[in-house]
Amino acid sequence: MAELLGFPPQVLFGQLLIGLINGSFYALLSLGLAIIFGLLNIINFAHGAQYMLGAFVAWLGLKFLGVNYWVSLILAPVVVAAIGIAIEKTMLRRLYKEDHLYGLLLTFGLALIIEGSFIHFFGVSGQPFSAPELLQGGNNLGFMFLPTYRAWIIVASLIICFGTWYMIERTKLGAYLRAGTENPQLLQAFGINVPLLITLTYGYGVALAAFAGVLAAPIYSVSPVMGSNLLIVVFAVVVIGGMGSIFGAIVTGLLMGLIEGLTKVFYPEASTTVIFLVMIIVLLIRPAGLFGKEA
Amino acid sequence: MTTQVLNSRVNKTMNKTKLSFLILLLVGLVAPFAIYPVFLMKLLCFALFACAFNLMLGYGGLLSFGHAAFLATGGYITGHTIMQWGLTPELGVLAGTLCSAGMGFIFGKLAIRRQGIYFAMITLALSQLVFFLYVQTPFTGGENGLQGIPRGELFGLFSLEGNLPMYYFVLAVFVIGFAVIYRTIHSPFGQILKAIRENEPRAVSLGYDVDKFKLVAFVISAALAGLAGSTKSLVFQLASLTDAHWHMSGEVILMTLLGGVGTIFGPIVGAATVVTLQNYLSQGPLASWVPVILGLIFVICVLLFRSGIVGEIQKFMKKNFN
Repeated sequence: MAELLGFPPQVLFGQLLIGLINGSFYALLSLGLAIIFGLLNIINFAHGAQYMLGAFVAWLGLKFLGVNYWVSLILAPVVVAAIGIAIEKTMLRRLYKEDHLYGLLLTFGLALIIEGSFIHFFGVSGQPFSAPELLQGGNNLGFMFLPTYRAWIIVASLIICFGTWYMIERTKLGAYLRAGTENPQLLQAFGINVPLLITLTYGYGVALAAFAGVLAAPIYSVSPVMGSNLLIVVFAVVVIGGMGSIFGAIVTGLLMGLIEGLTKVFYPEASTTVIFLVMIIVLLIRPAGLFGKEA
Repeated sequence: MTTQVLNSRVNKTMNKTKLSFLILLLVGLVAPFAIYPVFLMKLLCFALFACAFNLMLGYGGLLSFGHAAFLATGGYITGHTIMQWGLTPELGVLAGTLCSAGMGFIFGKLAIRRQGIYFAMITLALSQLVFFLYVQTPFTGGENGLQGIPRGELFGLFSLEGNLPMYYFVLAVFVIGFAVIYRTIHSPFGQILKAIRENEPRAVSLGYDVDKFKLVAFVISAALAGLAGSTKSLVFQLASLTDAHWHMSGEVILMTLLGGVGTIFGPIVGAATVVTLQNYLSQGPLASWVPVILGLIFVICVLLFRSGIVGEIQKFMKKNFN
């Protein structure tokens, strides 16, 4: 097996692995966006900033309080979710009766505030964050070298993604959430506390972003601008998948990561743009998105 | 009878708008003798940019998050055609405007396939695609941008090198752009656009080809945004990636929102406020806080006064003087 499609297998599998890792982040982030959009009808533009916050909480925790990675993995999402819940309770809540575009604009303003403040205090250059000892090193699989931390990212995000899918599609709480997405008034009439459900949903979506941020901290450097450019790609992923289904968001995220990885092998110049090009093709062929329902 | 009353009222507001416009024009004509012309030119370019954006959001209800792409395209094409092909400034500006209009057609064709929030996300993604293309293609000069674009001679006759002649050129461009927007809004086309904004299914059921109207509005808006970008590149003799970045798309939304979405003069007031604020803050100790302050204004606008400055004044006038 000297060559595969004209490329050494190490290169091909290496890029596919990177693609799969990027895809894990796309999946986690687009999943959070889809859950929030489902119930709140808001596109959370602060999602990138909240992803960045997750990474920074882990970094600050390690640097100043000595909180280790494993604790941060739980703690950072909780902290960021608490901030998100405060935002929902004090600001987003006032906008549900207005045009949904105002939710987008409000969260965009919040993203500018969060990102701008962090740039002021930490600069745009990245801060190093090392992976925990348990996850350092790697294994040689024969056809490629697999760093343990990268394998962990894929496993962890898959567990969280499918756990979330299970919770929404198979549990009582998830049934409430789906009912709220369909018809919040009716759900309220059945005695469910819908405003609380909305708050918790926003908190959970934000927590997913923060979790992705902590996962990303050791492989991408922790920087205030790490979220905003990623978020625009995730928006394209969301348009491609359509926000109709939870499963669709996860699959599209992983798929787009793989496509991006393959592009890096065959035509590196297009690797930054390929997802946007896929979005254009999908819009031309199936405007509602791969998993979206036709209006 | 009622239509007569209505007509006279419409005429009254039209006359009021025309009067305000005349006053503004007079202020514009004498302003460079009191205020630094380059600052005024920057202000006019952004005011035109915001007015173009407002045509879509305010009158079509379409939130484009990708208008930076048109601003940048106008600037790059104007810079390129003037520097490489030796075009005169008015032809360079025309070329930039036409290319932006073409790009607007493509963006529009794709984005109007979806509505509401998706529309915003698609335009944002497309403009990011354009941003990456401009980072990579050699004709934009990459990170450096196009520097030292000559202002040249208008029609090959009048030199625009001096700030005062340049200013009057920019003012003329602004007036033309503004007149196009005014005519578009106050035409049957503009009325249908508003109808689509208010109730799209009803407009469809009345037999209007909604997508076509949206597309035309998009192209006009993109062309005028390109015109603003082209003119701006002449003023500063520079076309750079800053104009293509999504921050710029956000800024134009802020200008329009702050001034008043869907009002004629709102975007001008909003652009003037934001540009003045940026100029003032960028020299002081708060320079690195500018994005945060813009973000704060965003949040305050959305939460507390969604009608914007001009919108609030209009509400106040209606309440107390009608």
